[in-house]
Amino acid sequence: MAEKNKNLSRREFLKTSGIAAGTLVGGGLIGGLVGYNAKSTDTKPAEPSGGGGKDDFRINRGLMFFQNPAEFKVLAHATERIFPEDDLGPGAMGLGVPYFIDNQLAGNYGSNSREYMQGPFYKGEPTQGYQTPLTRAELFRTGIAVMQEEANKRFDKDFTEIEDEQKDEILTDLQKDKITMKGTDSSFFFKLLRSATLEGAYADPIYNGNVDMAAWKMKDFPGHQMSYINEIEDEDFKKIDPKSISSMQH
Amino acid sequence: MAKTMDKVDVVTVGVGWTGGIVAAECAKAGLKVRGLERGKDRGTKDFTMIHDEYRYAVRYDLMQDLSKETITFRNTRKQRALPMRQLGSFLLGEGLGGAGTHWNGMVFRFFPYDFEIKTMTDKRYGKDKLSSDYLLRDWGITYDELEPYYDKFEKTVGVSGEDKNPFAGKRSSDYPTPPMKKSPLLKKFEKTSTDLGYHPYMIPSANLSEQYENPDGSTINACQYCGFCERFGCEYGAKSSPEVTVLPTAKKTGNYDVVFDANVVEILKQGDKVTGVKYVDTQTSEEFVQPADIVVLTSYVMNNAKLLMVSEIGEQYDPDTGKGSLGRNYCYQLGPGATGYYDEQMNTFMGAGALGMLFDDLNADNFDHSDLDFIHGSMLMLTQTGKRPIETNPVPSDVPTWGAEFKKASIQNYTRTLSVGGQAASMPHKENYLSLDSTYKDKYGVPLLSLTYNFTDQDRNLHKYLTQKAVEVSEKMGAKKTEAAAPIEDYDIVPYQSTHNTGGTIMGADPETSVVNNYLQHWDMDNLFVVGAGNFSHNSGRNPTGTVGALAYRCADGILQYHKKGGSLV
Repeated sequence: MAEKNKNLSRREFLKTSGIAAGTLVGGGLIGGLVGYNAKSTDTKPAEPSGGGGKDDFRINRGLMFFQNPAEFKVLAHATERIFPEDDLGPGAMGLGVPYFIDNQLAGNYGSNSREYMQGPFYKGEPTQGYQTPLTRAELFRTGIAVMQEEANKRFDKDFTEIEDEQKDEILTDLQKDKITMKGTDSSFFFKLLRSATLEGAYADPIYNGNVDMAAWKMKDFPGHQMSYINEIEDEDFKKIDPKSISSMQH
Repeated sequence: MAKTMDKVDVVTVGVGWTGGIVAAECAKAGLKVRGLERGKDRGTKDFTMIHDEYRYAVRYDLMQDLSKETITFRNTRKQRALPMRQLGSFLLGEGLGGAGTHWNGMVFRFFPYDFEIKTMTDKRYGKDKLSSDYLLRDWGITYDELEPYYDKFEKTVGVSGEDKNPFAGKRSSDYPTPPMKKSPLLKKFEKTSTDLGYHPYMIPSANLSEQYENPDGSTINACQYCGFCERFGCEYGAKSSPEVTVLPTAKKTGNYDVVFDANVVEILKQGDKVTGVKYVDTQTSEEFVQPADIVVLTSYVMNNAKLLMVSEIGEQYDPDTGKGSLGRNYCYQLGPGATGYYDEQMNTFMGAGALGMLFDDLNADNFDHSDLDFIHGSMLMLTQTGKRPIETNPVPSDVPTWGAEFKKASIQNYTRTLSVGGQAASMPHKENYLSLDSTYKDKYGVPLLSLTYNFTDQDRNLHKYLTQKAVEVSEKMGAKKTEAAAPIEDYDIVPYQSTHNTGGTIMGADPETSVVNNYLQHWDMDNLFVVGAGNFSHNSGRNPTGTVGALAYRCADGILQYHKKGGSLV
């Protein structure tokens, strides 16, 4: 990757992002608030599919939030650059991450229903966190529009049609606050996009990402297991077939 | 027009560990107790589908709904305080059990040094060890006086531990249950720290090593090491929480009830006594008055302070003059540490909230600070709490934060990193305090609490020193690459750090500088008690809940004495 397109390393990122110094015990970059309510898990969902890989992304499931397929596809392509398909396994598209984000934006997450959204609003210091009146749903729509505009402006094409390096250039500029966005810093939107991508990849499949638990399999995370009391003292590494919460019988 | 409820002997504002302990002790003694809880009922039956990282750890399903109430924050008085619009740095509780539902369950005692920190620091290092901007104070109680209450809390919880810490204060009895299982990762840390001359021991845990019946007849089950502990409730009833211990104890007396959806907005008073509290039903917005002979503030640090402020009880601390005790000595904690990258895969996805080992050789005043530019210290520990995939994406600092390289490295390192971490003590500073916000209000029209807080030189020096020590341990453990925690600069409320907030309603021997006496009884109002980590005059280098539990038992003792004879207890 050319130097100018290289996105921020973790070290640079720490300096500008306010990730806590120190060894975190958990603790995501963008703490969110409560999102989705429980879905019923007593019926097995139809076989989901991520909608194909990066070269052939087709919308093959219903959408709850996005109305315009073109908008949704810009989101899909952006998430795929953040978490791309490789020899280890599927990327964001193959994992259904765009559907996860769509569903989340249609719910409590998108409407910030458990966040303090009363005015007055002031920009504040970086250490004071989220200070925009825009909800996450509005931030995503604005961010997607900006990515599309930048692609049009810089390359005379849609975001979904430009080369991977060109997409990375736009994403990196968002991350480095080099693009103006309404109501927020572009870096703030980028953090949200990055977090949501990882959340969709690795959340339980009941949230409509992590198709076939493929992301868990890549990481060797066994998902929902009742107990490790019989393995916790063993020396050898345990490869355990993952399970979703939806596998539970009540 | 507010509706008036039937009068009770004792009302508690909030039903978590402190509210539960006070309720259990008072109800057992025959007093009529009512708990007002702004959140919902909940318990083990609600946690069968808890292994959901996204819902509970990322979206904070069990925690405070900030749309109703939050705090405002600024680093310094020069800045404009702005609302904490989403949770981050610390995770506030809501609902039955409070943060006691979703804690990790590390149950420590503070050191004898902590309670007499001012006297002992002056004696050993002279009066000028820290500048007078640091509001270092003795607590008005000694370790020995608090010991029986620590003992009582540990027996209620059933703490699983081992009495092997040479730096601990004297114990009147051993831990109720043996320590948890020692995984290979813990053994690795144990061997290394022993080789370095430190004294490691198992973390005292509220995730129990075996089934246990506590003195009140509650049963806590054996931990299954499932890896979903902090931020989650326990589906096995194996993590001691108010819901499986003190609350059933209080309920079975027949002298206790809880009103849910009851958000207290004011403490009512007449002359030098409180008469009860006013609360709002969060579902209907109706107002109620709950009369009581004794009012106990048992909510979190933030709301205990806020309720006193909005009810105009006590004098607000003023950083310009140093006068006033309410809101002063707000402290936090620091996270020194180091992350080691290894070649072999480890079972890092297994674990329990309090599964780990630590040593205290670099904590409190257990080492000589004569040539150091700070006081106190931190535990250094290795925990195995169960790494989950959304929030565990460790990559070395020269790796990008997204894209192909990030994906590869974060997947590779998910099962191949171990952190040696601390919880470094936090000293009070005159510029770090709680007050009422003048602009922002909660859903009920009450001003938000405002936090003015930044790290100090003491913090930065301590963090740097302990981080270096953590790096040494990590390197000696055989990590192929070790990265130190970045030095701390300004406190940032965005990323998660610790839910160990302390101070604001501190205890002491002197009414001028403390809010409550050593029975946690308010200096100005004899029938008002305020208990929790807000009582801490500084924060130690370990988890606070053990001390919170001990203070709650002390408080209950004070309430029962007051109920008999009235007046000030000191």
